[in-house]
Amino acid sequence: MFLYIVRRIFQTIPVMIGVTLAVFLMMHLIPGDAAKIMAGENANPEQVEQMRENLGLNDPLYEQYFRFIGNAATGDLGNSIRTSRPVTQEIFDSRFWITVQLAIIGTALAVLFGLIAGIISATRKYSFADVSLMVIALFGLSMPNFWLGIMLIYLFSVNLGWLPVAGWGTWEHMILPAITLGTAGAAIIARMTRSSMLEVLDQDYIRTAYAKGVGDKLVIYKHGLRNALIPVVTVVGLQFGSLLGGAVVTETVFAVNGLGRLIIDSIRAHDFPMVQGTILVCAVLFVVVNTIVDISYRLLNKRVDLN
Amino acid sequence: MNLTKEDKILEVKNLCTSFFTDEGEVKAVDGVDLSIEKGKTLGIVGESGSGKSITSLSILRLLQEPAGRIKEGEVIFKGEDLVKKTKKQMREIRGNNISMIFQEPMTSLNPTLTCGEQIAESIRIHQKLNKKKAWAKAVDMLKLVGIPSPEKRAKQYPFELSGGMRQRVMIAISLACNPELLIADEPTTALDVTIQAQILELIKNLQKELGTSLMIITHDLGVVAEMCDKVAVMYCGKVVEYADVKTIFTNPKHPYTIGLLNSVPKHDEDVEGDLSIIPGSVPNPFHLPEGCRFAPRCPHAKEICLTKLPHLEETFDGDKVRCWIHSEEWEKQGKAVNAHE
Repeated sequence: MFLYIVRRIFQTIPVMIGVTLAVFLMMHLIPGDAAKIMAGENANPEQVEQMRENLGLNDPLYEQYFRFIGNAATGDLGNSIRTSRPVTQEIFDSRFWITVQLAIIGTALAVLFGLIAGIISATRKYSFADVSLMVIALFGLSMPNFWLGIMLIYLFSVNLGWLPVAGWGTWEHMILPAITLGTAGAAIIARMTRSSMLEVLDQDYIRTAYAKGVGDKLVIYKHGLRNALIPVVTVVGLQFGSLLGGAVVTETVFAVNGLGRLIIDSIRAHDFPMVQGTILVCAVLFVVVNTIVDISYRLLNKRVDLN
Repeated sequence: MNLTKEDKILEVKNLCTSFFTDEGEVKAVDGVDLSIEKGKTLGIVGESGSGKSITSLSILRLLQEPAGRIKEGEVIFKGEDLVKKTKKQMREIRGNNISMIFQEPMTSLNPTLTCGEQIAESIRIHQKLNKKKAWAKAVDMLKLVGIPSPEKRAKQYPFELSGGMRQRVMIAISLACNPELLIADEPTTALDVTIQAQILELIKNLQKELGTSLMIITHDLGVVAEMCDKVAVMYCGKVVEYADVKTIFTNPKHPYTIGLLNSVPKHDEDVEGDLSIIPGSVPNPFHLPEGCRFAPRCPHAKEICLTKLPHLEETFDGDKVRCWIHSEEWEKQGKAVNAHE
């Protein structure tokens, strides 16, 4: 198992190289001259050229790339154009942790409600509870993030006055963004759990468990859920990733100063180093989460070949 | 021939099990009567869809409700009707008093639990042993079913074992609580021929050793000859012949049984010759024939066979057969209606 984990971590290296390459090239392919923007609107061509030289933009592309990952490896992602502060500082001072917090709470909510709804639906197939839960899940899946966020603010903050409209700081601030972020995930997990559970409950080994005299609850949770979770875990991992993307919209709606909002603000301000750094951090986070998912997959499914 | 109630461990009376589908009702088991004596082996023979597996699932009440349901009948186990038992009472019986071995060792074991855990589970439930003791008993069971290095195997997952090994684990699970009755639903169908013989031998030996009564479901007449004391031949949800194993092979009375025996290839026969077959196919379960269900395929069928369903009647030598051919009415009828010959 330990060896498997080590191997799995090593396997992320090529992915990371791909990620850095993609981020680096993306920033070079998008229109707009970084040097021109950084030098300011009133800069003359000499100043722009000077800036270009300073930024190393005249060097061959591969040299720039190696410098980029060399610096990134030491935690240097350049300085923000907007604030002149180091990008890593901007990201990790607070914003990264806010988004991670939001994504974790969102995922936790999604897993909790998704699993409960999925199990209820599967064990009461075609009942009123099953049909209503699946209709609710369909709604949850179809509602766009920004709309759901605004509706939640309208209901709980404006009309009922229970929760703050926007901002970040207390646990009350986290509730609405986390619900907004987790709803679609909960819906997907509920539907996935239901279908996976239904398939598993039809298996021969479930009949074997009943034939041994095992009770309903133990059959469902010990024999059923454990096997049904295998595909669900994959979805949870992917969901966490899309939550990072969803955070862009949600953080904007709720005025939360997280990574998502940082990306939006940086793009608006043509803050290239900032955009590049933030995307890179998000991508790395996604890879890390997926590696964790793979490892937990192995814990659940003994048939995953260790070699 | 007449047995007292005490000699019988299980008595199935007029068991009717149906499946309710969108297209209508399928009478999978339609008025089955059977009994098993203590320590003896009953074989249930029939082709796919004859209702033999459903009969065994009905005995343990393992049908997928509400689609499948016992409509009427009694399943008397040690003097008590299992059909009337509550869910909880049934749980106490399953795996403890009556156990079952299934056809597919590949899919009948839980892939995410070790073999030891799966055996220990029923020991813990029924014998209320703690984890450690149950595990020790599970290892003993693996040893009993002839698995080498049982301590190591107990910690392995089903996918790490071969098909024959898995079926041994399945047998260990079913015998872990020393049941009085073991139901084996085609225990060797999914296995290689050499492994089949080993598994049958194992079941037979353990049955002798533990004094378990056995109900074995099969479509393999070789298995019947090897294992059984009594045989029930099923066709379309009904028992058509019920007799001693010897009688079934030497003096079969139902045309279906005769057809089954004739269709077994014989090693002393000319290999070039065609195998004898039963003409036609099993009737559509939604539209069963009005009379005898085998009549459309029966070479001896006469008018009465197509219109009236025969009862399971006792013959002069104490066996039971469901066929008009042994009645006076049949003699009075005209020519056979099926021109297969």
